[in-house]
Amino acid sequence: MQRMQGSDSYAIETEGLRKSYKDVQALCGVDLRVEAGTVFGLLGPNGAGKTTAIRILTTLLPPTAGIARVAGLDVVADADALRAKIGLAGQYAAVDENLTGFENLEMVGRLYHLGRAPSRERAAELLARFDLEEAGGRLVRTYSGGMRRRLDLAAALVAQPPVVFLDEPTTGLDPRSRIGLWETIEDRAARGTTVLLTTQYLDEADRLADGIAVLDHGRIIAEGTSDELKRQVGGERIEVTLEQSSQAEAALSALTALCQEPPVADDGMIRLPVRDRHGAIAEAVRRLDHAGVAVADIAVRRPTLDDVFLTLTGRPPEPEDGEDGDGSEPEVDQREVEEAVR
Amino acid sequence: MTERLRYSIADMLVLAQRSLRRIKRQPDLLTGFTIQPVMFVLLFVWVFGGAIATPGYDDYADFLMPGIIVQTMAFGGFVTALGLSEDLKRGLVDRFRSLPMARSAVLTGRTMADLGTNALALVVMIVVGFIVGFSFSSSPIEVIGGIGLALLIGYTFSWVFAWIGLIVSSPESANAFGFILIFPLTFVSSAFVPPDTMPDWLQTFAADINPFSTMVDAERALFVGGPAGNDVWGAVAWCLGLIAVFGTLSVARYRRAVAA
Repeated sequence: MQRMQGSDSYAIETEGLRKSYKDVQALCGVDLRVEAGTVFGLLGPNGAGKTTAIRILTTLLPPTAGIARVAGLDVVADADALRAKIGLAGQYAAVDENLTGFENLEMVGRLYHLGRAPSRERAAELLARFDLEEAGGRLVRTYSGGMRRRLDLAAALVAQPPVVFLDEPTTGLDPRSRIGLWETIEDRAARGTTVLLTTQYLDEADRLADGIAVLDHGRIIAEGTSDELKRQVGGERIEVTLEQSSQAEAALSALTALCQEPPVADDGMIRLPVRDRHGAIAEAVRRLDHAGVAVADIAVRRPTLDDVFLTLTGRPPEPEDGEDGDGSEPEVDQREVEEAVR
Repeated sequence: MTERLRYSIADMLVLAQRSLRRIKRQPDLLTGFTIQPVMFVLLFVWVFGGAIATPGYDDYADFLMPGIIVQTMAFGGFVTALGLSEDLKRGLVDRFRSLPMARSAVLTGRTMADLGTNALALVVMIVVGFIVGFSFSSSPIEVIGGIGLALLIGYTFSWVFAWIGLIVSSPESANAFGFILIFPLTFVSSAFVPPDTMPDWLQTFAADINPFSTMVDAERALFVGGPAGNDVWGAVAWCLGLIAVFGTLSVARYRRAVAA
């Protein structure tokens, strides 16, 4: 869709991207390649540099060094032209509280220079798609946290930009709103939009992203598909809590045939790595029952971001006082809680 | 280039509309422009007025109204400081800066909206003025000139407040900062009392240095009559100078505040 400068198939491309402040290195040479029409997850703890990367890619912040191209346009030299081709939804729902949902979207449309009537049409269309049709005429300050996020996301999509950036789109949301937002993002990707999202949650990247890069201290420490990363981390495991820890030996021998790597016993708890959890629990229960082992609890534990970090860096992710605003606690929205209670 | 200018104006109007809508939704903001100045007028005319000698004016209201109008105009831009610091805090400025819109529009839109609310406040002030005994005693052209100057003064202070809104860390401190900076300036001037009774050192400031006095004296000449001297041109020059200085500072700060 663009006159070519970089490679045709990459919607986002960076080379040696650096950003440093006086004494902080926020990004220390990041190389990214995101193919057009895919969802890319930038995974990392607070202060890893995720927000800094997004701010550079959306022209909000000039890089200290390195090259970044989005939709074939340089983020510094072609910043003006680039802004027409991107949409941004931030960590904090950047919508005007004192306008209605409709007015917010109409305003954004007009600032994309879509024109008055098309902006209004588009606003109505997006409100319907994001399940905000009824709330569209209400002031945003009466919205719940989930509704604000949906509106914020809708605002990022007003001009149907080919590349959309989502900075921690679900941080602070309740599980129901989170899943709703995931579905929306999947729907966008299915329509050919390139999406780059940052997240602190492995399950989120797992569900949404075709490709994932793990960012830590401004560096990419791992890259690949969700499966590739999980293989590095060791995949899912089943955890069995025994009624009596004296039966650990019997449990181990019953389960050994189930997995390639040997299961580990630890104070009445058996951990066994599984490649494919489908049917694995049932099979484990059957075998333990057969061996006469009494089971108090059995559960599948998925690898978390903590596991990724432990495996890749040998330490748990530590939140830092990042410059990039990542450092704050997820907001708990009272309205959201109230709505859920109702 | 002309397209760029066209977009600058279009974007400014979109954002001015946004600011004005907010005022409609938060009527308590409107009390700042209307009820508060009205209260000031009533307090000064009825409580202090009898005790303040204003040689050369038939009525204290005639002396007071031009001063209080200038004060009201100066504070009208306060909404800009409040709004900008809120936009920064809430991340709306990030959204605006990621859009293909004119960079200047966030600032020009707000100051433009202030012009609208200031016009409304001006009407309220003049009506209240009439009720407490104020009357225009100059030519219609001078009165129109005075109204134009009042709006120019308001626009000038909108840019001062824009800068304040961008340098403070929160909407609350925008409030405090604006009050501390502008409030004394309006009192140590010829707005409410003739500076003759002030101590010498203060008199020098109030009568000769404070641009606020120049503006008030200009309005007095245009509304109530009397030789304006250089005050009208002095007031216009002050306004244009302050707009140039604070406009430049604000635009520079806007780019930096977000880029930091």
